[in-house]
Amino acid sequence: MNRLNNLEKLREEGMQSLFPAKTKILVGMATCGQAAGANEVWQVLQREAARKKIDVLVTKTGCIGMCQHEPLVDVIKPGYPRITYDRVTAEKAAQLLGGAAAGKFSKGMMARIDHEEFLLDDTSRRYHAGKLPAYLSSLSTYKRLPFYRKQQRIALRNCGYIDPENIAEYVAKGGYFSFARLLQGGAPEKVVSLVKKSRLRGRGGAGFPTGIKWEACRSAAGEEKYLICNADEGDPGAYMDRSILEGDPHSIIEGMLIGGFAVGARKGYIYVRAEYPLAIERLERALAQAREQGLLGDAVLASQFDFDIEINRGAGAFVCGEETALIQSIQGNWGEPKPRPPFPALSGLWGKPTVINNVETWANVPAIVAKGAKWFAGIGTDKSKGTKVFSLVGKVNNIGLVEVPMGITLKEIIYDIGGGVPKGRRFKAVQTGGPSGGCIPGELIDLPVDFDRLQKAGSIMGSGGMIVMDDRTCMVDVAKYFLSFLEDESCGKCVPCRVGIRRMRELLDDITAGRGRPGDADYLQHMAEVIKDGSLCGLGKTAPNPVLATLRYFRDEYEAHIREKRCPAGVCKSLITYAIDAERCTGCGACLRACPEGAVSGSKKKPHRIHIEKCIKCGACFEVCAFDAIVT
Amino acid sequence: MTAAADKKVIDGILRKCERDSLIAILQAVQSHYNYLPEQVLTLLSERLEVPLSTLFSLATFYRSFSLEPRGRHLIKVCLGTACHVKSAENLFDKARRDLNLSGEESTTKDLRFTLEKVRCLGCCSLAPVVCVNENTYGSMTQERLSGVFEKYRQEDVRK
Repeated sequence: MNRLNNLEKLREEGMQSLFPAKTKILVGMATCGQAAGANEVWQVLQREAARKKIDVLVTKTGCIGMCQHEPLVDVIKPGYPRITYDRVTAEKAAQLLGGAAAGKFSKGMMARIDHEEFLLDDTSRRYHAGKLPAYLSSLSTYKRLPFYRKQQRIALRNCGYIDPENIAEYVAKGGYFSFARLLQGGAPEKVVSLVKKSRLRGRGGAGFPTGIKWEACRSAAGEEKYLICNADEGDPGAYMDRSILEGDPHSIIEGMLIGGFAVGARKGYIYVRAEYPLAIERLERALAQAREQGLLGDAVLASQFDFDIEINRGAGAFVCGEETALIQSIQGNWGEPKPRPPFPALSGLWGKPTVINNVETWANVPAIVAKGAKWFAGIGTDKSKGTKVFSLVGKVNNIGLVEVPMGITLKEIIYDIGGGVPKGRRFKAVQTGGPSGGCIPGELIDLPVDFDRLQKAGSIMGSGGMIVMDDRTCMVDVAKYFLSFLEDESCGKCVPCRVGIRRMRELLDDITAGRGRPGDADYLQHMAEVIKDGSLCGLGKTAPNPVLATLRYFRDEYEAHIREKRCPAGVCKSLITYAIDAERCTGCGACLRACPEGAVSGSKKKPHRIHIEKCIKCGACFEVCAFDAIVT
Repeated sequence: MTAAADKKVIDGILRKCERDSLIAILQAVQSHYNYLPEQVLTLLSERLEVPLSTLFSLATFYRSFSLEPRGRHLIKVCLGTACHVKSAENLFDKARRDLNLSGEESTTKDLRFTLEKVRCLGCCSLAPVVCVNENTYGSMTQERLSGVFEKYRQEDVRK
């Protein structure tokens, strides 16, 4: 019972920190918050609170998902709901603090949170009792905001709610209890069968059933086994793993502890990509705290179970997201994939049975253990259970990180949650699955999103990037973009991938430069098949997908480039010229000042004009024009 | 730097890193020198009894390693998908013009700046994104970019 006592103490400490006796100011300090200016806000709050001797707590939290509204700051005042302020500047932060000192809320509130949810314990706790004053009751709650209404947060349960640098708050949210209870006489094989029954599929991209992996590793011969958390989130446009690592690192540690207990591993590795320094910092701190509490190391929580975790920093190679390449990289080699079988579950790291799962998968595990397989399998579609986190980015109004039940339609994600395409432009496509995925056209907007349906539509789930594209996005250019990405990132082992991708990219270069020839589209299709057949790993096998999917749905755009030497979206530089629409131009002079080449002329308040002989097509005028007067 | 000084640096690094974690060792070397100097790799290969070619293949396989000296400030223009659809290529071209880089050059002659493309910093919500050293700048425009570089220039002058 001792084990739980210790956690209970931590829980109490965490509850006091979540519901403090004095006002607490919470700053969203994930990388996205920091990029929007949270560091400055943080400094102002710290400095001014000390200088003016204002008795408030100032703490950090992770990303709550509404990245577009960053920097986000919350005020938790005893007896009141939690109040969120968005787009907080240094000035607004100072006002906020002044308000707190005077016992009032300052202006500029975005929403309120009435309850703190404790998903793992199936409870919630109200921040306030009784009736709210009118200025607060008229404020929308998070749950009623269109951005949150359809979301269901399991993997992201703590992000934006707890201080990721404080283990007590994680414990207060029910963390580490699932694992500790398993140690009290739970049977490892039962944990494996629980995960199997939950029908959780890997969130890294391919969607392999997690429980089957675990079972294979558990029953594999040998004493020495390993776990790996794949945090080499390489898909451009996807950042859910970063958000979890920065906002809730203990959920990964607990997931891996449960995994280690289940399959009989004593050592885990977290392979984090080099581009995520903050995630590494938060993980290191979390590991140290877990060790301090006896949750990692020899005799975890005074049991017979030993387990520890080491961080491996990637060095910048997309292919290392592929599991066999990642294993090579941990072993100190260059990341070349190996043929499978043997699968890592039988022969992985140092040749030993290894379970490798991605960040979001690990973050789901403690919730499944706490709430049961039936609960998890009750969410989602027939073959895709649970929720999926998507990064909803690109040309969409409400940019951010969303977690939704599988089976929700694209339309619900892009329109109901995302608020549609900005400036009333036409929704053209959504790109999913990163460089291995494809673009799903506007006609398929009612498609329910799960592993199998996305694949059928010519894309894949991938790690969850959703890049929304409007009629100003050129699909040929997007295909070229992914191919040049993959050309850089191909490890070079298989010739079809190494040379084939380059040839396809060169062909797309020609097409976008107006040198395309009739038949090029068919030739691309042919090459795509060869690359798919002739490559060893997922990178090469899926590399042609962005081309195949755009050919399938946007062949007319290819033909416009090839036959008419025209880029309908106005993106491909060789095929466009910039001009000014005299009717829209107000003569404000913004483009004239922005042009680095002096290619714009015109007098004040009169329509301006672009001299194409001087224009280098840098797009600076387009960027600054507030009247949509620059046309291509 | 003298060979003796290099040896001392390597000793320090090898005390902290496990000898078989070659990538971690190279990362430590790079964080000390800001790149991987040839003479240090040679020394390392002797000390670790690992062929120099192995170190060279690691250094050239992984993007974050550089065999050339790099500038004091590392500028990364993100070219992830979200940044790409928001015209990040134009930002990159603007940065090259501002820094007077031509051809294959990625480092300014005064060794103040190195300009790199990076495939996704995971800040897609604030696309397009530019990162200088440890600082990330969201919703970047061509207009604001020059001001950001200027800030670092002036910081150097003050130092």
